[in-house]
Amino acid sequence: MKIGLLLALLLITPLTFAQNLYVKLGEKQGIKTIVEEMLYRVGGDARIAHHFDGVDIMRVHKLISEQVCDLSGGPCDYSGEDMKTAHRNMGIDNADFNALVEHLIAAMEKQDIPVSAQNQLLALLAPMHSDIVED
Amino acid sequence: MRKPLLFGNSTLLVCALFFTPLTFADQGARLLATGGASMLEGSGGGGIVPWATLSSYSGEDQLGVTVSLSEVTVDDFRLSVQGASFSWNNRIELSYAEQTFDLSTIGGELSQDIVGAKVRLAGDLIYGDLPQISIGAQHKKNKDYALPSAVGSQDDSSVDWYVSAAKAWLDGPFHRTWVANLTLRSSKANQLGLLGFGGDKEDSRDWLAEASVATFINRYWAVGIEYRQKPDNLSFAKEQDWKDLFVAYFPSKHVSVVGAYTDLGSIAGLDDQTGWYLSVQAAF
Repeated sequence: MKIGLLLALLLITPLTFAQNLYVKLGEKQGIKTIVEEMLYRVGGDARIAHHFDGVDIMRVHKLISEQVCDLSGGPCDYSGEDMKTAHRNMGIDNADFNALVEHLIAAMEKQDIPVSAQNQLLALLAPMHSDIVED
Repeated sequence: MRKPLLFGNSTLLVCALFFTPLTFADQGARLLATGGASMLEGSGGGGIVPWATLSSYSGEDQLGVTVSLSEVTVDDFRLSVQGASFSWNNRIELSYAEQTFDLSTIGGELSQDIVGAKVRLAGDLIYGDLPQISIGAQHKKNKDYALPSAVGSQDDSSVDWYVSAAKAWLDGPFHRTWVANLTLRSSKANQLGLLGFGGDKEDSRDWLAEASVATFINRYWAVGIEYRQKPDNLSFAKEQDWKDLFVAYFPSKHVSVVGAYTDLGSIAGLDDQTGWYLSVQAAF
């Protein structure tokens, strides 16, 4: 009996680990909710809200959601500009970038995304730092 | 008619002038835990190793301040440290620490002051391929030199130089965030300098390796290990490498707490000095 349970566990475990990031983030709907929560927090953050003045926030929401879906292995194709072009002349510094990361983390925490999935997504987004931040 | 302001207009003006040029790291320009803790010699770091990271969460054109209290209690000794640091622009860190070493079993006490400076040369802890690389110095001065002198120390003050590299992996093994720091130090300090500098057995500088590795269980809790090579300059007692196993808690950008189990080896002829380390830091 015990051995049977152990074998069943051994069989299930690799499947759980193989579950891709897209699924762990809650697929399209989960990702949309995370990005919405993140942008909501950004809007209330005096440090960075001004970067979104006059920006079509619905479009930003659609593009970021699409990008996260794409990056995490979901069935989406990011249709926006590359990161360098999209952020040109916006004057985004390290502090701004980190503030956005904090809001993304807070949004994922609110959706109870496991730390392992949070880290996977952050590691996929971090390389964009050099294209977004102006020295 | 308006009521007069309590402090008058000129005082308000002076306050405004004083505060305008400096922006304090209020919400912090850097991510949680990237300011690290305050190590035993006052520098930003782990517990026993100074790290390439700068204390506090100050970013571009911001000033950050930390104050810390640390205590190490091993079998026959107790070390108390009060420290403070200023960081500017995530570029320069200045620190001060006062160490008091209570010789619980032998009797008496030793103490020293440490003034430190650290400069970030290149790289970033989290972003980019390059690790964060910093150089630093710690100027140490004994305040009770009678005992160190009697056991063979050659000097009551000296400067430690070090170079550190630190890197974080956001999605490391087990999908956890990992941080590693390697520090190379040039030093003549006997037991951090509490037993003076240089000795009757050896009076030259040594290059010493110090390393820390930590993993974040979640955003707020990290566990890790540290190792610090030590010189062995005095003939009256051998000095051994230090190591610790720590748990760090970062409930907010204003407070951090580090607890550790430490093994300080042999000190002043008394072997197997193991015990506990506790450090609390407030950052602004």
